[in-house]
Amino acid sequence: MFTTQRSFLRDIVWQRLRHNRMALAGGVIVLTMFLMAATASLIDADPAAIDISQRLLPPSWQHPLGTDDLGRGVLVRMLYGARISLLVGFLAVGISSIIGIVLGSLAGYYGRWVDALIMRFVDIMLCFPTFFLILAVIAFLEPSIWNIMIVIGLTSWMGVARLVRAEFLSLRQRDFVLAAQALGASDLRLIFRHILPNALSPVLVSATLGVAGAILTESALSFLGIGVQPPTPSWGNMLITGKQTLGSAWWLSVFPGLAILITVLGYNLLGEGVRDALDPRLKE
Amino acid sequence: MPLLQIENLRKSFRTSSTLGGSGARLVAVNDVSFTLEQGETLGLVGESGCGKSTTGKLIMQLQKADQGRVLFNDTDLTTLSARQMRPFRRQIQMIFQDPFSSLNPRMTVSSILSEPLIIHKLVPARQIRDRVIELLEKVGLTAEHEQRYSHEFSGGQRQRIGIARALAVEPQLIIADEPVSALDLSVQAQILNLLQELQQQHNLSYLFIAHDLAVIEHVSDRIAVMYLGNIVELTDAETLYKNPRHPYTEALLNAVPVADPDHPRPAPLSGEIPSPVNPPSGCYFHPRCPYADQLCREHSPPLTDSGDKHLVACHHSEQVGQYLIRRR
Repeated sequence: MFTTQRSFLRDIVWQRLRHNRMALAGGVIVLTMFLMAATASLIDADPAAIDISQRLLPPSWQHPLGTDDLGRGVLVRMLYGARISLLVGFLAVGISSIIGIVLGSLAGYYGRWVDALIMRFVDIMLCFPTFFLILAVIAFLEPSIWNIMIVIGLTSWMGVARLVRAEFLSLRQRDFVLAAQALGASDLRLIFRHILPNALSPVLVSATLGVAGAILTESALSFLGIGVQPPTPSWGNMLITGKQTLGSAWWLSVFPGLAILITVLGYNLLGEGVRDALDPRLKE
Repeated sequence: MPLLQIENLRKSFRTSSTLGGSGARLVAVNDVSFTLEQGETLGLVGESGCGKSTTGKLIMQLQKADQGRVLFNDTDLTTLSARQMRPFRRQIQMIFQDPFSSLNPRMTVSSILSEPLIIHKLVPARQIRDRVIELLEKVGLTAEHEQRYSHEFSGGQRQRIGIARALAVEPQLIIADEPVSALDLSVQAQILNLLQELQQQHNLSYLFIAHDLAVIEHVSDRIAVMYLGNIVELTDAETLYKNPRHPYTEALLNAVPVADPDHPRPAPLSGEIPSPVNPPSGCYFHPRCPYADQLCREHSPPLTDSGDKHLVACHHSEQVGQYLIRRR
């Protein structure tokens, strides 16, 4: 009975995830977004090609989601926008996860003044209202997609740091870590071979949920005009273009708005599904 | 020269209050001294919370002692840096109580067992696998177990893996921290027999920590009884069982169940083990002791040799034994 079992992650977690319908729906949405981003590269259409004769056309066969005030296809721009959202979401979360893991590990492993220093820094960072901090920083920098990703990443690592620290504190005293220490394992070996691999489950969950947050923040910044700059399409700056013509050309804002809503929902559902699947206290 | 000599070991923990201010001090190990000879098994027995596991961790330098010395082959381990300690980690190893938390759930058996070989560069890379299989076979497992994860094993099998891991560095001394108390009774006997076989094969010395007198009688040459961070009695196993000189040992022996309905029932020890944060005055055992008098309430008895290397910390050791129920 034991021979077919391999690892906790591959079997139990995947089994649980497969039987959670909401998580599956979330996974499908996330996959769809990747497909959209991939389609953008395949189709032969320029998201920035202006054609004044085709402006503000309602959805039709030629333009399935209509055209905007400069005659550009909304569908094409949304496919490109999916790439921006994915890029921002994953890179921002990547940055925040790396910072959070490194600082959380240091604080949890070394304890004492290292812990006190890092955790007070976390407290200070948490005192700032994140969105206004981002606004302030962006005001000084050139609003580009790269700057946005970095700034979102730099202002959202505190939760991860706390999670990782808490995992380290409890794993540090576990027998298998003491056993490795008793064998003479170095600090680096203890951290990277024994503690960190066992501390990553909550980070995975928080990263999945974090992607949704980053996408939402990017959309909000772009909506305010200090995010991704036109003519590069992003779901956020498409919303603002549609705002003036909301009464006459609803398709300009409704489709990007729905895309943001559904994507964020998808990541949240998937994240919660992963969290439930990884919870060792839940039995079948 | 003894292999291991512990002198006046002391360890306390600060119980922090919620505001981060320093709270009371919990003295886990008060003043512990003993020696351990090459090839010997010293049993260390006592109730939960008496400091026996902490003593083991202090010897392994997994925790730093506040005071005292840990002499291993005449080197004081408490003064060594982590780097200087490393060669000694090959000579002292530990077996843990809970086989479900002592193995890394994300590592296969082969990576768990090859890790000590890699850390201490014991064998060339291409011989690691052979050595891992040799270790597995030594503890009664087979090569086919090599690529599995620890959760695929039973408690007894996991404990065997933990023993193989300790053996990998060919240590002289193994600190076994309640190695069988989490196992089924039938499995306990297997593991105890395995430990004894290995002791004979490799001339190992054991510090065998347990709370179960029946287990410890089976394996020990000498036994130290701990109560609230102090050793209260230390002598060879046979003498301890036949002729206990400390009232706590007497009470523990009376508490060992006997499979005989006509066997007289002992009077259970009254009261709870006192809090190590706020221990009683004088002899720590006096609130629960049937022999206690004014002297015991005021003065703590030192651990003294009452003849034949039988160490006892009691003012009235010559009276002890009158409540002992002889086993038939």
